[in-house]
Order: sequence, then structure tokens, then C-alpha cells
Amino acid sequence: MHALTELLLLLVILLDFAVLGTSRLSACIRAVAAQGLLLGLLSLTSGGEWSLHAVSLALGTIAVKAVLLPWFLRWAIREASVRREVEPLVGYMASFLLGAAALAVAFAVAARLPSTGGSGLLVPVALATLMIGLIVLITRTKALSQVLGYLMLENGIYLFGLTQTRRVPFLVEAGVLLDVFVGVFVMGIVVFHINREFDSISALKLTELREE
Amino acid sequence: MLSSLRLLALVLVPALTAAAAFRAPRSAIRSSWLLGTGGLHLALLASLWLRPAGPVLGGWLAVDGLGLIVLTVASVLFLVVAHYAVGYLVGRTAREGRVFSAGMLVFLAAASLVSLSHHLALLWVGMEATTLSMAPLIYDRHDRRSLEAVWKYLVLSSVGIAFALLAVFLLATAQPSLPGTRPLVLEDLAAGAAALDHRWLRAAFVFALVGFGTKMGLAPLHTWKPDTYGEAPSLVGGLMAGGVTTCAFLGLARFTQVLLAAGLGGFARPLLLAFGLFSLAVAAAFIIGQADVKRLLAYSSVEHMGLLALGLGLGGLGAYGSVLHALNNALVKGLLFLVIGNLVLAAGSSAAVDVRGMLRVRPVSATLAVVGLFAVTGSPPFGLFLSEFAILSGAFRQHHPVVAVVALLLLAVIFVGLARMILEMVLGEPLPAEPSGPGPERSWMILGPLVLAALVLMLGSYLPGALQEQLAGAASALGGAAP
Repeated sequence: MHALTELLLLLVILLDFAVLGTSRLSACIRAVAAQGLLLGLLSLTSGGEWSLHAVSLALGTIAVKAVLLPWFLRWAIREASVRREVEPLVGYMASFLLGAAALAVAFAVAARLPSTGGSGLLVPVALATLMIGLIVLITRTKALSQVLGYLMLENGIYLFGLTQTRRVPFLVEAGVLLDVFVGVFVMGIVVFHINREFDSISALKLTELREE
Repeated sequence: MLSSLRLLALVLVPALTAAAAFRAPRSAIRSSWLLGTGGLHLALLASLWLRPAGPVLGGWLAVDGLGLIVLTVASVLFLVVAHYAVGYLVGRTAREGRVFSAGMLVFLAAASLVSLSHHLALLWVGMEATTLSMAPLIYDRHDRRSLEAVWKYLVLSSVGIAFALLAVFLLATAQPSLPGTRPLVLEDLAAGAAALDHRWLRAAFVFALVGFGTKMGLAPLHTWKPDTYGEAPSLVGGLMAGGVTTCAFLGLARFTQVLLAAGLGGFARPLLLAFGLFSLAVAAAFIIGQADVKRLLAYSSVEHMGLLALGLGLGGLGAYGSVLHALNNALVKGLLFLVIGNLVLAAGSSAAVDVRGMLRVRPVSATLAVVGLFAVTGSPPFGLFLSEFAILSGAFRQHHPVVAVVALLLLAVIFVGLARMILEMVLGEPLPAEPSGPGPERSWMILGPLVLAALVLMLGSYLPGALQEQLAGAASALGGAAP
């Protein structure tokens, strides 16, 4: 079980970098969806025995993060007919390097934190995913890639939460999942409207509001 | 047991009527859902003040002084704004009315959940729901500017609130799993505070400060606020500046409560003081020379959130002032946003140069705007005078005279900036009147603001005994005491 957990966590990191280095939006959505699937599996492998609680959490996570949201985001780009570039403010090479730096920082910070029990990789991978999500959110200009960055950031926090699954009751976890789902859903709808109003979903065009 | 079910009803009733209002075909039915739910909610709340209820759901939902005051804010403000919204929504399409009414009712359910949650993860769920419930209301005008505002709001608040979730998980990590302690339940966190791991606890507080601070709009995390309040309809601005920010303040106060219980006040307090003073400074800088009245109110909200953080950071009398100020601030923000909204609607623009001499066109709203101006700047005889006085004298008593002097200077600057714009709007030379004119002032525009003005005035001279008792309870939970 332990080896499997570590393998899944390594895959999560690889997918972080896949998003950083990919120029096609649909490929980015696939990577984030795969990450959602891994998160669901991790909630089964990292917690010890399979309780009803763990299985329903895993199913809920997979349904929301690997199926429903990616499907909805793909619908949004199809309707908005954007497929080409993700138009980063920072080049792919530079954002790759930023991601590597984030990974190093995550391991350095995690080494100084007290142990949470469970896999030693869980906390650094969670922190790295969180920071890489923030990097995507800040350096990408398309509103939809910013949504993907937000989802990755949430995934990082979810991974950190896995150290505490025994302690957080199912009702609350279901509420958290529901909030994330509705949040991304509302963002997706706004992305759709941005595209209709501005003929592009670049958030860089959102510059009418500022202090004079 | 039956009396404790009131807590569940306070959350579930608005959640269910939100669904009913969303499905309701006619605007009259939607209005009655809005007003009926608001009335029932207020009645349930009044019964809580008279006869306290025990905890339900294994202690996840419970009533204490701090929560009861925030719940009162949400309930009163909702009913006033709902009454205003019924008039405001006349003549709108059914689709707009449905989204607007449902969004408001979801807000009421979520704000009740935040106020009553003693389980901090459940509190987070409610906080995120208040954030999302506001998004469709901000995008009410469906134009480019409101689209930009709602996008900034969604992205910045979502990231902020995600950090607050991380703070909740960090707090869970700090709590050792002992038999008999309930994870993340406030009472058990406070009772077992000595056993909490300080390293995780410090990390939890930093993320809670950033997360809930973003939702409150503490500088430098306030950047979404002027854009959002500037573009959202005024009544939505009132609901956010009075309701959503007060809920976020409660989230921050809960974490502060746990840190104080664990003896980490020395870590938490300087951070709160720094954010508080910086917010006052940023508000003063942007209020002077502001050209748009709704953005002016947004910076005034940054100012008052700064005062709340300052009071929390001071402790003692400051903590008492902070809780009282949360109540006062919410009432006066509702008042100001609604009456300024009336003036802006009459002038057809929120740019200060276009809103002039409103005393002739909108006499009652203009008078109430002046009342609101003096109330919001903490002048006697209004409630905010008492609460700001408590916070500032708390600073002297806790040996932070420099904090008190700097805060006083910044408040004076803010007073000048606010007074100049609002008095000009009310008394200035009117622009040449258009032949059609904005029509007469209607009762729905002024009834709610009048109620709020009366309440703020009352709190300036008379605090009911029950309120004093709850304030003292809330203050002692935050390491303070009533005067």
C-alpha cells in the first residue's frame, strides 16, 4: 500500500509539470482530470483500511474532479471555440524552472515541519501542487487556464487534507467538494460570458476597472 | 431538543426557500418568499435571544455571544435589503428576478451556517457558500465592467478562501487525536489548547489571516473590493460590506480565539495590528481624491475592517469594541449603500461629478446620507462613536499609544475625504435638471434605511441588557472584557 501511495504521489507531481509545459488547453484539462483521479485513488491507499467513509470520499472526488468538472470545462472551450495556445505571460521554459523551484521549496519546508504520520511524500507533494497551481493562475492569461490553476491549488490543499481524513467527518468533506464544484461551475459560466463579450477569454483584456 | 431544532431551521429554511424562489414563476411569489423567509428568520433569531438553545449535531452547531451577534447582523440586514430588493426588482425580467432572489436566500442560509458553526470546517463550507452566492448578484447588470468585476472577485476570493481551507486542515493537524475530543470543534480546541502543536498552529493562523483577510478585504488583500462594490448594484454592495465581511471577521475571530487559548496571543496580535493599521492607511490614501462614490464606500469598508482587526489585535477593551463595531459597521454599511444607491440611481451615474445637489431630488435619501456620513465616521451620538472609542482607548490601556495616535490621525483624514464628497453630493449646486427627471422618491427606497439609521442611533446611547451580556461573553472569548 505504501509503495503504491508513493507512486501515485510521484504521478501527481509529473502531472503538475505536464500542465506547466503544455500549450494546448484540452491537454491541460486532461492532465488536471487525471490528477483528480489520482487524488481519489490516494484517499483509498493513504488512509489504511477501506471504510465506507474512505470509499465514498474516493468516489465523490473522482466523480467531481475527474469526470464532471473536466467535462464541463471541455464544454466551455468547445462553446467558446478556443483550442490553440494557452498564451502564458512567462515562457514555458521559465515556468518549468519556477515549478522546479517550487518543488525544491516544498521539500525544504516539509522537512522542517513535524511529522503528520503516513507517507512522508504527502506533505511536500501537497505544497508543490499548491504552489504550481498558483504559478499557473498567475502566469497564464486565458481565464480558463486560471480556472485550471485554481483547481490545482485546490488539489494541493486536498492532498494536505488527506493527512487528516480520519478526523474530518464525511458531511464536511462532501460540503467542501460541493463548494469546489459550484465554484468552478460559476467560474466556467463567467468564462463563457467573458468569451461572448470580449471575443476572447484572455483575462488581460479585463482592464477597464482601475484607480485613475 | 425541540428548541435546539431552531438552529437547524435557521440554516435550512432559507436554503429551501432559495430553491422555491428560484422555481417561482411570478415576481409576487418570489417577493413573498424573500420577505416571508426574512421575517421568519428574524423571529427565530429573536426567540434565540429570549430563550437560548442547546447545541445540535454533536456540538457542530451551537450559539455563543460572538455567533449570535453575527447572526443578528445577517438577519436584520437581510430583511432590510430584501424589502429594498422587492421594489428594486420591479420591472426586471423573470430570469433576473429568480437569480437575484435565490442568490440572496442562499446568502442568508450560508451566513447562518457560518454564525452557528462551532465546527471550523463547517464554518469554512458556509463561508465559501456566501462567496459564491454573491457572484450572480454582482454580475446583475450583464455588461463588460460587471463581468470584469465578477471575474476578479471570483478568482481572488476563491484563492483566499482556499487558503482558509488549508488553515482549517493545518489546525486539524495541530490538534492531537485523543479519545473523547471532537476534531475541529471550537469547545474541544479551546479546552485542549495546552496540547495543541504550536508550529502547526502558527501556520494555521497565518493562512487563516490571509484567507479570511481576503474575504474581509484587509489591505493589501483588498484589491477586489473597490471594483466589486463599484460595479455591483448598491443593495448587493450593502449585503457584502455588512454581511459577507462580518462573516469573514467571525472566521478570523474563531482562529484568534483558539490561538489565544493556546497562549499564542504574542504571535497573533502583532500580525492583526499590522494588517489593521495598514488597512486604515490604504483606506485614507484612496479615500482622499476618490472620484467615484461607490468606490469611496468600498474604501470606507476597508477602513472599518482595519478597525475590526485592530480591536482583535489589541485585546482587552479593544476586543469588546471590535465585536460591538462589527454590529455597528454592518448596520451603517447597509444604510449608506442603500441611500447612496438611491442617489446614484437618480443621477444615473456613480461618478462624483454627476451626483450633485441631491437634497432637492431625493430629500429623504440625501438627509439619510448625511446621517450615514456622521455615523460611519464615528461621530456621536451614533453607535460607531462608542465602538471606535472602545477600540482606541483599548489601545491606550494595552500600552499601544502609538497605534492609537496613528489610527486617530488616519480616521481624521478619512473623515475629511468622506465628508467632502458626500456633502457635495447632497448640498452642492445641482446640475441643470433634465426635463424627464428621475421620478418621485418611493417608500421602498427609504423605509429600510430609516430602520437602520434608527438602530445605529439607538446603539449610540442605549445597549439593551441582553446585548451587553452577549457582548461581554464574546469579548471574554477573545481575551477581552466589557468596560
